[in-house]
Amino acid sequence: MKKRLLALTLTALLLFTLVAACSPSSDNADNTAASGEDVSGGRVYFLNFKPEQDAAYQEIAKQYEAATGVKIKVETAASGTYEQTLRSELAKSESPTIFQVNGPVGYSAWKDYTADLTGSEIYKHLGDKSMAIAGSDGNIYAVPFAIEGYGIIANTKILDKYFALGGSKASSTADIKSFAKLKEVVEDMQARKSELGIDGVFASTSLKPGEDWRWQTHLVNVPMYYEWSDAGIDIADKAATAEIKFQFADNFKDIFDLYLNNSTIAPSLTGSKTVDDSMSEFALGKAAMVQNGNWAYGQISGVDGNTVEPGDVTYLPIYIGAGGEAKQGLCIGSENYICINGKASAADQQASQDFLAWLYTDPAGVALVTEQLGFIAPFDTFAGDAKPSDPLGAQVVDWNVDGSNTNVPWVFTIFPSQQFKDNFGGNLLLYAQGQMEWSAIKDAVIADWKTESANAE
Amino acid sequence: MYKQLKRYFPIFVLPTLIAFAIAFVVPFILGLGLSFSKFTLVTDATFTGFDNYVRAFTDPSSNFIPALGFTAAFTIVCIIIVNVGAFALAMLLTKGLKGSNAFRSVFFAPNLIGGIVLGYVWNTILNALLLSADRTLLYKPEYGFWGLVLVVSWQMIGYMMIIYISGINNIPGDIREAAAIDGVNKRQSLRHIILPSVMPSITICTFLTLTNSFKLFDQNLALTNGGPANKTEMLALNIYRTFYNRNGWSGPGQAKAVVFFLLVGAIALIQLRLTRSKETSN
Repeated sequence: MKKRLLALTLTALLLFTLVAACSPSSDNADNTAASGEDVSGGRVYFLNFKPEQDAAYQEIAKQYEAATGVKIKVETAASGTYEQTLRSELAKSESPTIFQVNGPVGYSAWKDYTADLTGSEIYKHLGDKSMAIAGSDGNIYAVPFAIEGYGIIANTKILDKYFALGGSKASSTADIKSFAKLKEVVEDMQARKSELGIDGVFASTSLKPGEDWRWQTHLVNVPMYYEWSDAGIDIADKAATAEIKFQFADNFKDIFDLYLNNSTIAPSLTGSKTVDDSMSEFALGKAAMVQNGNWAYGQISGVDGNTVEPGDVTYLPIYIGAGGEAKQGLCIGSENYICINGKASAADQQASQDFLAWLYTDPAGVALVTEQLGFIAPFDTFAGDAKPSDPLGAQVVDWNVDGSNTNVPWVFTIFPSQQFKDNFGGNLLLYAQGQMEWSAIKDAVIADWKTESANAE
Repeated sequence: MYKQLKRYFPIFVLPTLIAFAIAFVVPFILGLGLSFSKFTLVTDATFTGFDNYVRAFTDPSSNFIPALGFTAAFTIVCIIIVNVGAFALAMLLTKGLKGSNAFRSVFFAPNLIGGIVLGYVWNTILNALLLSADRTLLYKPEYGFWGLVLVVSWQMIGYMMIIYISGINNIPGDIREAAAIDGVNKRQSLRHIILPSVMPSITICTFLTLTNSFKLFDQNLALTNGGPANKTEMLALNIYRTFYNRNGWSGPGQAKAVVFFLLVGAIALIQLRLTRSKETSN
């Protein structure tokens, strides 16, 4: 009996010490400023979002250390796990001092952990101040650092072949300035696909769950932009965007039908296709067009047996037959916003700000961003003609500076949640398989939007 | 000797206990607390009472109850197919046929492949088969259901078969011999000798199939990812998505995880009690 008692007390003691040992360490994250750390130094820990840029950031960290003597820690979350990684990293005492959010919705999830950037160098140098994300107090908490653009990527080799055919519906891409014209051309090309040597005009509409973001996020961005701009709604106005009418649902259906029905595969097979599948169809010349953005160029050029040369790609805007579409440009925006951890110590926050200021405003940093990271940065320290080396990125810059077009901003950054997008994507698959009526999809989108935006509060 | 062991029991058990406490008890207690809180970071939560549980069950967008239904149906079908299949194979491969060992290895092999890989491999195979009908695995939830059953059975049957084989091999030869002399036919031998003797194996096999099917995640993610329209979403995937894919839903996600734990625990205990009572003590 005595022994058992001993064993019991031992285990109880053990459990107690464990629990006790665990709890104080978890409180540390909140008040690192209080501890007597080296205040002058400051710690910089950047949690990077894009795995493909990890090597570039490590190089930047090395250069920064060589230039200033400050050590930068860069960690990269595995593809598709940024949110999870951020959650666990922020809970540590050595938490990231710089992290990314994907837009206003991402910001609202992390708003308790972001520092005020209103007075920061990077905000001062931001070209278009309206792009930054403000909190409810009007201060700036997240600053975009990379601009991307998407549209319909077309293979000019195949298009030129079509334009040269007798009786073609257009003679150059410049003729295609509306949804009606796009539809006419696409349907004619599809009818003559054997002459053109393609399987279909559009690469397959990838609707496999998790691979459907090109439709449930990017494509629906266009009708949502027109809905809000028609009504004169500012997308930063949360109350005004808490519910939507999905006013241009039928325009969305038109373009989506065009993709589905003039594709390399039957609509009922879209549930098995991934974005990679679509991009390789395009790269192999089996499809003439694919909806995607400048980030996809690496995917196209990386496909074995790629037949698409750098000079063979061009963008068409995603026309949906709404608004003043003759002047419609690409969808250009950002879902890469940088935040500084507001719970980090003052010294850490300052060190992080210094690093960001160096990276985006110092000539040495600017050169590294253009060469190593290769993205289009929205700061006035970057020359307007500093173009990325890939052809799609370079064309996005052209569209962006060309004042004769109205580019469509990325309004999808305020879509209420991943769940909303996933439900929409799932319904689009049912529609493609002929199991769901369009009106039911429209109703579901409106209802889901309402519930999910109420949840986010 | 026994006394000595008893005396040093706390010391021997200490390393395991520490590991168990760090990896299970402490996170579990923290998780239990979080399920009653609203939080974004696990270290920074505010108490909200039963709010999370209410939302997990009553919110129409939560999909917890449909996922529970799907998981329950899947688990029942899997228990039957896996155990009947494994037992039949075990019977076949203990008859002393030529090449039995080779077949045992072949049937066991799928179990060595990870769930994610299996899911993607079968996704490709099944989609290729369905291509002839111009359909995919996501055409109907039923396709996904039976696809999952197929993959999980294929994976688990080999493992359960090994357990049944050792159970059958452990039946004392004299019982069978005596029965044979008494003129017992094959059906009677199966019903009254083999089945009661392998009852411990049945207990462990149903337990393993039950908990593994109920907790299934990898195969679900890789094969259908919940599609079409979340209709093949199982509990584990539902919890994962609730926690990570929705703003403001980490609390209900945690609440779901606690309910999930209680469910798995309760079902496993009931099942153990039921099958244990049928075990013969020999």
